[in-house]
Formats: sequence, C-alpha cells, structure tokens
Amino acid sequence: MRIPSIIITLLLALTFTTRADNQVIRIATCCPLSGAQAGLGEYIKLGAQMAVEGAQPRFAELGFNLQLFPQDDQATPDVGVAVANRLVNDASVLGVVGHFNSGVAIPASEVYKDYHLAMVSPANTNPKVTDRRYANVSRICGRDDVQGPVGAEFAVNELKAQRIFIVQDKTAYGQGVAEAFRDKAKALGANIVGFTGTEEKSNFSTIVRLIQVHKPDLVYLGGIYDQAGVLVKQMREKGIEAVFMGPDAFDSSEFVKIAQDASAGTIYTTVAGPIDQFPAAKDFASNFEAQFHRAPESFAPYAYDAANVVIAALEAAIRANNGARPSRQAVCTAIRAVTMDGITGKIAFDAKGDRLTSDYYIVKLETASYPGKAIKVISSAPPQ
Amino acid sequence: MKTKLLSILLLTLACASGAALCSAPRASWTLLPVLAVLFLCLTMRLPRTVRFTAGLGLLLIAIPFAGFTNTFLFELGIQIGIFSALALGLNVVVGMAGLLDLGYAAFFAIGAYTWAIFGSTQASYFMNGNFPLAGWPYFYLFAALAVLTAAITGILIGLPALRLRGDYLAVVTLGLGEVVRVLANNLDHPVNITNGPQGISPVERPPIPWLMDLLHIFNPDASPALGYALFFYLLVIAIIGLVVLINVRLDHSRFGRAWVAIREDEIAARAMGISLTRTKLFAFATGAAFSGAMGAVFAAKQRFISPESFTLLQSITILGMVILGGMGSIRGAILGAALVTLLNIEVLKSCSDFLNTLRQTGFVLDLGFFQYNFALLPSQLEPAKYERMIFGLILVLMMIFRPQGLIPEVRHRLELEKDD
Amino acid sequence: MSGDVLIQILPSVLLEGLLLGFVYAMIALGYTMVYGVLGLINFAHSEVFMIGAVTGAEVYRHLLPHVGNPYLLLAISITTAAAVSGGTAMAIERLAYRPLRRRGNTNRLVPLITAIGISFFLQDLVRLIEGMWHNEFFVNYPSTPALERTFQITEMLSIQMKAIIVITVSLAMLVGLQLLVTRTRLGKAMRAVAQDAHTASLMGINPDQIISRTFLIGGALGGVAGVLFGVLYTKVDPFVGFLPGIRAFTAAVLGGIGSIPGAMLGGILLGQLETSAGVYLPLLTDGNIGTEYKDIFGFLILVLFLLFRPQGILGRKEGEKL
Repeated sequence: MRIPSIIITLLLALTFTTRADNQVIRIATCCPLSGAQAGLGEYIKLGAQMAVEGAQPRFAELGFNLQLFPQDDQATPDVGVAVANRLVNDASVLGVVGHFNSGVAIPASEVYKDYHLAMVSPANTNPKVTDRRYANVSRICGRDDVQGPVGAEFAVNELKAQRIFIVQDKTAYGQGVAEAFRDKAKALGANIVGFTGTEEKSNFSTIVRLIQVHKPDLVYLGGIYDQAGVLVKQMREKGIEAVFMGPDAFDSSEFVKIAQDASAGTIYTTVAGPIDQFPAAKDFASNFEAQFHRAPESFAPYAYDAANVVIAALEAAIRANNGARPSRQAVCTAIRAVTMDGITGKIAFDAKGDRLTSDYYIVKLETASYPGKAIKVISSAPPQ
Repeated sequence: MKTKLLSILLLTLACASGAALCSAPRASWTLLPVLAVLFLCLTMRLPRTVRFTAGLGLLLIAIPFAGFTNTFLFELGIQIGIFSALALGLNVVVGMAGLLDLGYAAFFAIGAYTWAIFGSTQASYFMNGNFPLAGWPYFYLFAALAVLTAAITGILIGLPALRLRGDYLAVVTLGLGEVVRVLANNLDHPVNITNGPQGISPVERPPIPWLMDLLHIFNPDASPALGYALFFYLLVIAIIGLVVLINVRLDHSRFGRAWVAIREDEIAARAMGISLTRTKLFAFATGAAFSGAMGAVFAAKQRFISPESFTLLQSITILGMVILGGMGSIRGAILGAALVTLLNIEVLKSCSDFLNTLRQTGFVLDLGFFQYNFALLPSQLEPAKYERMIFGLILVLMMIFRPQGLIPEVRHRLELEKDD
Repeated sequence: MSGDVLIQILPSVLLEGLLLGFVYAMIALGYTMVYGVLGLINFAHSEVFMIGAVTGAEVYRHLLPHVGNPYLLLAISITTAAAVSGGTAMAIERLAYRPLRRRGNTNRLVPLITAIGISFFLQDLVRLIEGMWHNEFFVNYPSTPALERTFQITEMLSIQMKAIIVITVSLAMLVGLQLLVTRTRLGKAMRAVAQDAHTASLMGINPDQIISRTFLIGGALGGVAGVLFGVLYTKVDPFVGFLPGIRAFTAAVLGGIGSIPGAMLGGILLGQLETSAGVYLPLLTDGNIGTEYKDIFGFLILVLFLLFRPQGILGRKEGEKL
C-alpha cells in the first residue's frame, strides 16, 4: 500500500500547477501524443511549436508571454472532450490548434463553441467539422468531399482509369474521402470493381488477393501513409501493376521508407504545395530539420500554418484592443479576417471556416524518393 | 466519544475544503482537499449520516457552486460519475458473481447508440418518422429503453457464456465485445443504422427550461452550456445514487448471496440449490443495465457518438477500475473509477502542463549537487507522451503491493488475510 | 463472380492462411505454455512478440550493410530477437508475476491486470527508446531481393522465398518444442509443474526455475514469430503486438488452452479462417459484407465452437474439483 500511495500523493502534489498570470497567452495543441497514433500527432505539436517559438519575440514586444500548451487527447473522444473542458476553463488559452481525429474534433469543438474558444484544425478533413457553421471553428486542411472528387476526376479523366478498386481504413477520415472518391468516379463513368474496408495495419494479403481477382487498373486507398506503404508494397510483391492513388495523408517521406521501391509511381492529392513552389515552405523545412532533427512530415506544415493563423489573429486582436489582452470572441472574429501566405498556400477563410479556394495538387512520386513532383494543380472552392 | 470527535472533524474539514474550493475554483490545488474529504467519506468508519452529510454537501453544494466559475469541475464529475456507474455494473459481473467479462464496453455502446440513433436524424435513414425526437419525455424514455436493450444484450451474451468458465468466458466476452464495436463501425451499409466510423452527431439533449429558470435566479447571464453541464452533473449523481442503492440491496439479497456462492464455488453453490442459469444471467443483465443507462447519458452529453469510444481498451480500463478499487466492493468500484479518471484527465495532464511550463520558462532545478535546466528537456521526453506508461506502472505496482484493492470487500478481506 | 475464379484462387488463399497461421501458432504457444504451468493469461505476451519484431528489425537494418548473405542476416536477427524476447518474458515473470505468486494470491484477475499494466508500460517504453534513438516511430524490414524472389507455380499461385523461410522456421520451431516438451528432462519437469506445482516441488523440481524457463521458451518463440511477421509484412511498430496478440490468444483458446499441439492447430485454423473469410466473404456477397468483417467472423466461429466444445479442440475437459 505504501509505495502506490506515495506515488499517488506525489502525482497529486504535482497538480500544483503554476497558473498563468494575466500576461501569459497560451496556444494549445490537441492531438494524440501517446498510443498508436502518437507518431502522427506529434508532428502537429512540433509544427505549432515552430510557429509559436517564432512569434515569441514579437509578443514579448507587445508585453505578452506567448506559450505553447501541448495536450494529449489520446485519439479518444472522451479524453478529447475532457481536454477541451480543461482548456476552456484556463483563461490564458486563447486558441487551439487541433485535433488530429475528426471523431475527437467534432465533440471537442462543441465544447469550444460554448466558450467561444477558437479552434483551427490542421488535420480534420471531415466535412462535418465546418458544416456546422460554428464561428469558432476553422481549418487549414482540405475537405474530404473536395479532395476525393478532385482525385477521382484526375483518375478517370487523365489517367483513363476504367476499373477502380477502393480500400478504406474504417476511420472517419479514410471512409469519408474514399466514399467521395467513389461517388465522383462512378458519376464520371468508371467501374468501381470493389469497395472494402479494413482495420489491418500490416497483413493485407486478403485485400491484395481481392485486388488480384478484380484486376483493376487503379487502386485507391482512403487511409494514412503507414497503411498505404505496407499495402502498396504487398501489392507489388504479388505482381499487381495497377496505379496506386490516395489522399493527402500519403504525403510523408515515411511512406517511401515503408514501401521502399514499391512507392514509385504512387499518386496522391494534397493542398500542401510542393516545396519548390513555395520559398517559405523551404525555409520552414530546413528550420524544422535543424531544430528537431527530422523532416517536417504529414501534418506539420498544416499545424505550422494553423498556429500562425491563430498568432496573426491574436496580434490583430491585441492591436484592436489597444494593446490589451483580447477576448476569446475577438480572437475568433479575427481568425476569420486573416489573410496570409502560408507555407501551404494562400490562406483566407469563408463564412464556414473552410479556406476560400484551395489549390489541390496532384503529386506523383516518379521514383521511390520523397518529395514527389506536382503534375497538376486544380483550383477548387469548398461547397457552400 | 472518539467517533463523535472524528465526525465533527470530518464535517469541519468538509466545510473548510468546500469553502476553499468556492473561493478559488480555478486553482487546481483547491480541488485536492475536497477530493481528500470525499475519499474519507468513502473509507472512514463513521456513522452513515455523517459521511453522507459531508459527502453530499460537497457534491451538491460546494462543487456546483465552484463549477459556475470552473466548468471543468462538472466535466470531471460527470466523467467520474459515468465511469463509476460502469465500474459498479462490471463489479456485479466480475466482482460479485466472479464472471470475467472483457467486453463490457459493448453494453455502454448499446446504451449510447440507443439514444444517439433516435436522438438525431440518424433514424430517418432506415425508418419513417420525425427525427430527432427532441421533446422532453423522449430522452428519459430512451434512457429507460437503453437499460432494457443493454440488459437483453447482456442476457444474449450471457447465454453462450453460461457453459464456459474462467478464461474461456474471458475470450468469448472479449470477442463479443469486439463484435459489437465492429458492427457499430460497419453497419453503415447496406442499411445505414450507425453511420459507421463517421459517428452520429449532433445528438439531442433533453430540454431543461426548469433548470435554466432556476439558474437565472442566481446568475442572469448563465449560458445554456453551463446549464447543461450542471444538468448532466446532477443527473449523473442521481443515477449513481440509484445504482448504488440497487447494488446495496442486491448485495444483501438472495441474488447477491447466490452470486458470491457461485463465485467462490460453483459446484457447492449448485448443490445448495442455486440455479446457475438464472443467477448468472441475472448478473449479466444487471451489470449491463447500469452501463446502458450511462450510455444514453454519455451520448446526450457528448452530443457525438462513434465506435472509437467503445474499444477493448475501454473495457480493460473499466476492469482496471474495479480491480483497483477492490473486487466486489461497491465503495471500491466508485473509488477505483474516480482515481483512474482523475489520473487520466486531471493528475497526469496537470503533471504534463507543469513540466511543460518549467520547460518553456527555462526553469533550472538546483539541488546544490545537481543542476538541471528544464529548457534542455528533449522533446521525446515530453511528459504528455507517457501518460499511458505511468498508468501501466501504477497498475502493476498496485497489483504487487495491494492486490485486494484499495477498499477490499469484507468477505474478500477475510479470505485474503487467512493463510492459504 | 464466376465460380472458376473462386476455385482458382483457393490454393493461394490456403497458402496465405497457412503463413498467417504459423505466425499465430507460434505466438499462441507463448500463451498456452504459460497457461499450462501457471494457469494465468499472460496478456503481456503480445508485447513480448512486439519487442521481438522491433529488435529483429533493428538488427536486420543495422547489419544489412555489413552482412552480405541475407539468410545469415535473417538467422542473426531471429536469434537476437529470440534472446531479447525470451529475456523480456523472463523479466516480466520475475518482476511482476513472481511477487504475486509469493503472496499466495489466489485471485486470477490480479495477474491479468498486472499484465495489462505491463503491456501499456512496454508499448510506451519501446516507443520512447525508438523515439530517442532515431525519431521514428516504426521500424522497417528492408527488402532484400533474395528474400523476395518469387516462384511462380501456376498462374494464380506463387510463393516467395520469405514465405518458404517462414514455413521452414516455424515448422522447425514447432517440432522442436514438441520434442523438448515430450523428450527432455526439462519438458518432463514442465509437465510435472503444470499438473501440480506443489507435488512437483516434492520430487526435486524447483517450480520457480521451471516457470522461469517456460517464460523464456514461450517468449523466445514469440520473438521469432515477431521477426517472421515483420519479414512477411514489412513494417513493425510499438503497437504491432495488439491485434496478432488477441488473435493468437483466441487461437490458443480455440485449440484448447494449455495444450501445445492445440495451440498449433488453433493458430493454423484461425489463420485459415481469417484469410478465407477475408477473401471469400466479399466475393460471395458481392461486396456487401466486406473484408472488414473477417475479424468478427473469427470470433463468431470461436463462440459457436466453444458452445459445443467448451474445452477447445484438443483441450482436456477440466475436472471439476470437489
């Protein structure tokens, strides 16, 4: 009994957190930092950290102490909602960058909404996130119902895919984008030879077998790179030559590391422009690598932009408030007025909180190396 | 005399801690004494009236009052309450009847989906009618229905389990728990019943004009958000009260004794004329019913339901609560749920925030012989990332040093103390 | 879908099921052996498997530039992984289970919760180490042309070199284990402890030592399974143990927990069931019931099966003690 009680007492004693004084402004990041999705979640934290650390001197001049406030939502809705409730009750928190999972973001944003706390999402592509038209919810990433159709148009019109096999990862993200892709591809006259879901992460032998039976000329995966890399590798091992295509969650050098030679020829859609077109993105990448000793992957650029949107809005709101601490409501309003050149392209929001127009890039990995080359740019406005 | 003195002491402590909480609701250290007093209310051997007065006083007066300023207290209370009910339900199955159930989150899911489907537009995908059902009686009606469906599922899952013992039962319940989750995740086609991984939202909450009217007397600016936080907090406490009452009555009833009898020795129990079928099924049904009710509350409170909330990990966490508190012990189940939930969403998070603040302000730890600058803490050692690891460690240490749980059941205590 | 195709792909589906089945069987042995001697479910075994898979990948990756022969390299990885996993399993027993046993605790749920705690702990520990080491979260088995060489047998059936290796290694392990248990003194002692530890101790057997060795052997098998799993499916990470662990546990119960041939049979059966359900369900239902149902299909079969034979395929009916 003694040892556990000592541990519990110690932990409880640590609860004496130094609560922030009036000069502290915190930007929280909410993403999974432990558990199976921590690898992806961490990039959100790091991206935001870059932005916050870059802005700290500017805020010091304004008389504020800007801090990053990283939170772990464990990729589960109940912990996410609890975190949201913690944040709304901490007066120093004026903006949230998060969450990673749409399934967590939707219930958590219900909490933020009640307290007018701004949430800028770097990763929630589910249409529902902004379709509820909450004034405090905006996002940097694209929408499943735009990205899927953009991909489908390219697949059917440009690649002339006639037989398409679709796999999805049974998450809100993967299924959403896969269904949008399917519906558009069907409307364009392609033959959807299979549509199947899987929670597998490593053994895709059954799906590869199904693909082999259906002989598609294009395989689309609504899922994340860690699954995609393994699937395409196993496909190529079994001699399937169909084009492999997917959404923005493929955009990672880890994809190439997993799939190795099999990654060559993979095509994905993304709103994050390739680094050679955005000089700012190049700086970001090199700074990121210098600071964290790894390349900025997956959602790191989006998180960087999301945090910068919050920072820009904070600065505007502070100025509008004559240098005093702004209200949360003012930050929400200021976010919608932000226009800036981010590293993922031009950022401005519509009334729902989606980006006004997004350029969607079709990126192809010509060889088994990252990054790939943008082979087409499609401008698309979000549905109203 | 001593009892009287202690009682007065407890009540004084309760008043003092309550006052401290209300005076500084946002400072997290003020929560500590309140929790300590609540802990004492659960564990001390004092007259029931004294413990009840102190405990309920804090729960129904001090916390709501402080919660008006810091609504996180409500969230904490609601989550602890929900998990307490789940732990109490599982306690009936595992603790009292000794049937190892690793798929308990399934009943929670069934309760939650029962209300979520009809409390949103989801139902209109497969039937005619005017959905969501938003009027006042519907939520309570469906909460009752959730109890019923969960109980029936409990019986259905219990039926195959009847023939199995021990670890076979564990794997079958684990499997059936997964079946429920996978069905929830996949039943969006061919007929869309659960909306699959997209989840269901927004789920309606019952209207609370009466509570808002009441709140406006004290605070004219009270927002509906505050009203609902208070409403769910009170609702959860009421349900917990009811669940505890049923649990206590059951524990002392013919069924309670029969459960313990089959837990200790099935054959002897059967020889005494206990019907295994009826007793076991009743245990499954009762345990499931509690979590069905809380499922409906959870759906309404979250306003969003997706299969991610009902994983095997969730079942295991609830089991951990029961074991931590002390199997078969009602107060233990509540304590276990409270501790694990607190640890998960308050204590570990505060630790992370604390270390993070040290890191960002470049705090230098100086012990004379040892100095450490927290600004140099590598990001891989970010404390927020290792919450699960600490939880795991606590579970292991707990099992090694106090396997009977924090508040062991009386019968169990006797059994463990005697030399085997 | 025409019936011809269904039959044409059958051999390759069976082959894949067999590969998966062997991996499951080797993990299931870890569960079943520990259950045999201690009567407890070692839920942390999936993490032992994971540690083997990760260790193997690290060894494989780091020695790749130095060791030319891929078979030798694989042998080194397998040996190291077996040693590390075996050691981990022994350490778990020594640090977590033995103190529980010492207290004469009769409650079977206590070790279960301990195991779950260990699981959480080990997952994040490995993640911490991997993160500190090279920032990455997962480890890859680099592809080597020699292991990925494909032998085309018929138009629809081909087998890769690595599949042949997996079958050979796991068969050797399974046969070796069976011989160890039935033919050696250690095996005899293990069986004795499994039957009655107290009586065995009167016959000059040290039960603690035997239990420790059981964990070592079971853990080592889990480690080998980890490497084979990684070689087959490329990517491993600190959370890779969960799903195979649950399924192997199911396989152990299906075969009759505590029975070594039962675990092998259960593993192979589950591998077959899962693979054929994953392929044939969507083909036969025209996609209405997709691959996503393959897991619960396995569970449903298990439930139905246990209803009619609660002790598993090869398990002995538990004598009811009076």
